[in-house]
Amino acid sequence: MARTKPWLEPHPHGLYVRPADLWIDPARPVERAAVTHGHADHARSGHHAVFATPETLAIMALRYGVDAAAGHNQAVAYGDGFERGGVRFSFHPAGHVLGSAQIAMEYRGERIVVTGDYKRRPDPTCAPFEIVPCDIFITEATFGLPVFRHPPTRDEIAKLLAAVRAEPDRCVLVGAYALGKAQRVIAELRAAGWQAPIYIHGALERMCALYADHGVDLGELRLVGESDKAEMAGQIVLAPPSALNDRWSRRLPDPVTAMASGWMRVRQRARQRMVELPLVISDHADWDELTATIVEVDPQESWITHGSEEGLLRWCEMTQRRARALHLVGRDLEEEA
Amino acid sequence: MKRFAALIDRLVYTRSRNSKLALIVDYLKHTPDPDRGWALAALTDALDFPAVKAGTVRALLGARVDEELFRLSRHFVGDTAETAALLWPEKPLPFREGVGVGHVDGAQLQQAPPRPSPEGEGGLSISQAVDALSTATRSDAPAILASLLDRLDADGRYALLKLALGGMRVGVSARLAKQAFAQAFAVPVDDVEELWHAIPPPYAPLFAWGEGRAPCPDLADVAFFRPFMLAHPLEGESLDLSDFAAEWKWDGIRVQLVHGGGETRLYSRGGEEIGGAFPELLAAFDQDAVIDGELLVRGEAQGGAAGGAASFNALQQRLGRKTVTKRMLADYPAFVRVYDLLAVDGNDLRGLSWIERRRQLEAFVPRLAASHFDLSPVIEAAHFDELAELRAGARDAAIEGMMLKRRDAPYVAGRRAGFWYKWKRDPLVADCVMLYAQRGNGRRASFYSDYTFGCWTDAGELLPVGKAYSGFTDEELKWLDKFVRDHTIDRFGPVREVEKTLVLEVAFDSIHASKRHKSGLAMRFPRISRIRCDKPAEEADRIATLRAMVT
Repeated sequence: MARTKPWLEPHPHGLYVRPADLWIDPARPVERAAVTHGHADHARSGHHAVFATPETLAIMALRYGVDAAAGHNQAVAYGDGFERGGVRFSFHPAGHVLGSAQIAMEYRGERIVVTGDYKRRPDPTCAPFEIVPCDIFITEATFGLPVFRHPPTRDEIAKLLAAVRAEPDRCVLVGAYALGKAQRVIAELRAAGWQAPIYIHGALERMCALYADHGVDLGELRLVGESDKAEMAGQIVLAPPSALNDRWSRRLPDPVTAMASGWMRVRQRARQRMVELPLVISDHADWDELTATIVEVDPQESWITHGSEEGLLRWCEMTQRRARALHLVGRDLEEEA
Repeated sequence: MKRFAALIDRLVYTRSRNSKLALIVDYLKHTPDPDRGWALAALTDALDFPAVKAGTVRALLGARVDEELFRLSRHFVGDTAETAALLWPEKPLPFREGVGVGHVDGAQLQQAPPRPSPEGEGGLSISQAVDALSTATRSDAPAILASLLDRLDADGRYALLKLALGGMRVGVSARLAKQAFAQAFAVPVDDVEELWHAIPPPYAPLFAWGEGRAPCPDLADVAFFRPFMLAHPLEGESLDLSDFAAEWKWDGIRVQLVHGGGETRLYSRGGEEIGGAFPELLAAFDQDAVIDGELLVRGEAQGGAAGGAASFNALQQRLGRKTVTKRMLADYPAFVRVYDLLAVDGNDLRGLSWIERRRQLEAFVPRLAASHFDLSPVIEAAHFDELAELRAGARDAAIEGMMLKRRDAPYVAGRRAGFWYKWKRDPLVADCVMLYAQRGNGRRASFYSDYTFGCWTDAGELLPVGKAYSGFTDEELKWLDKFVRDHTIDRFGPVREVEKTLVLEVAFDSIHASKRHKSGLAMRFPRISRIRCDKPAEEADRIATLRAMVT
């Protein structure tokens, strides 16, 4: 396929769609941005006009005070789209967090799909990933190494519940990213039958409320700041990872420190974070999901945006698929995974 | 293996010493022989399977996983055993394991079957694994290891590979393991310490004694290792010389020579036998005794003609060898400078004070061949300030520093507060420029924590002079890691070349001529002492300056 000048240009600070004069997930403020999901390394503040799902706009409104209803922003529901400069845009579920979307673009008969971040396994808090056939598939590769195989989520939830029950005088403090991971862990706990109130750090409160407003039932949540130390014994507490080893946690009854992240698969990573109970729960595709997705989508070419791109590139080479790495900057691979 | 895998998994994540102790105690109490003995040996890195090496594991993986993917994974994980445990092929798990919100195609919804435990009742035990590995030969080791790995899940594979390769890295020292044993069976830890080195794994007589099923094993006829007494660093405080005696800290390696039960053995600090490389010492030590001393090579680098010892570099020519040539014996004649006498003529002296042991030592040394043994002299000084002056001269004398030993202290295993102090000479420092960085291992696998640095030639070129991976705080490490990532100019596999702008103050104990680096110099114990953001790279030290410090 000979393309003299690509209409989608990878730049270190984002993907630029030239005919539409629009950036996808730019790392700095731009005139016009299409945003795949609400995590801060994809959704920055300061853009003039944002194209995103209604959920993502609501999340950005919550985080940055962006006026979701402002005329220059445009909400695009899953399956819907818009046209600009001859490029046909459409949004499709990515299964990553509430409102997360893949962005498909069609221009002069060529279709490109940008996954943003995604995962394939079910998540009670968001719509499942959808396969969108395309010519160029632009995929993430956070866990693009074959050591990353996330175990079944319910096994990890069972581990968490066993730890809570094993020591009724202590609480289990789970570090979980404030957008997506925290709500998913709560929803998974509810699905596993944990009915007790779940205690949360103040930084999670508004996002949990936003999820509830969008119909994700999280059961009874209580703020740690408004609860007695004694009542939290034998209970589950959620906080952003940064609060785990912070002074904040001193108000908890002898917490067992847990963390929900795909990085927990590697022992020494868990040790670095001073984690006692690693829970391998990730909102990103693991190695099997990444490779299976490329097989299913079967594009002519894959572009790999961020993470362990070398591993996925090597796999593409082995399976004789065209691929290249984009080396985008500003992606935060540590906190949210 | 399942219980052992669970134990090391818990140990990895448990930070408190007491919790680690409790976990091991519980394991030792509730695990049968010989599994618990093998487990204890594995935890303290006391097992060795000569036929199974990291290369064996890499080769096995090479046949199952793409080499490049293995290499990338290894760099990320920072540990061969863990990488192999994670990459070992097993049936892939279907990733759609439950039902999500919204529409999910029924056909896509494969329910994951319950995973059968590869190690249920009657599964692979540690002793079965140890038996299989210890009877393995170079040729059948890969097949044996593979068949064991096939029977385990990822955690079990990790445990097995750690057991086979060593380097457990679960934060359990030999001392902690001995304390756990003592606590589990309510026996004195000093007795455990003693017996430990005399009884090989899986320590059946030790457990029998601990559980009161057998008397204390008799060690009269064994040339066993006595754990070394160690020193704390002296940090600023001054000591009363009426309480403490001073000796030079010679720059060789600490050894213990044991003659007993018709055998002579030479042990290094960790209790490893190194007599094979020093047959002349074994032959010359013909007295029924146990001595503690410094292994050195004859020469004049340390303390001049009176000091009589060559540099550490000279000793290095003799270390790490299984056998030794006549030429080596002649070129690098070894001897032991004796510090202490632990036992003589069947009497254990360790309970006596240093004064009394020293008295007996001075009477004993003349019984040894002067060609291979001499007495470490006590430094005469009237008061502490005089001692400090003498220490200041240690640099010129090329001696590592001083030891200060409490006169009334017995000889006890390990570091005991207030008994012995080491008072090293002040380090040398040089301002160097960071050239390359490499990711660390283990807990530092994701950080660029190993730095190669260089100094200027007269022609204005930067040549590497050393490599350091310590001396900085966790905060500084984060800063350095970010510096490396933001200033990379080239990549060579795991190594990054950085812009030549960052000056690091490097402290080191001494510097020697060496072929290891292009500059022809190599530092001993280099560490990053300061990050000099304030200093321009052009003002870093010159190689000529470093060469003038060579000893």
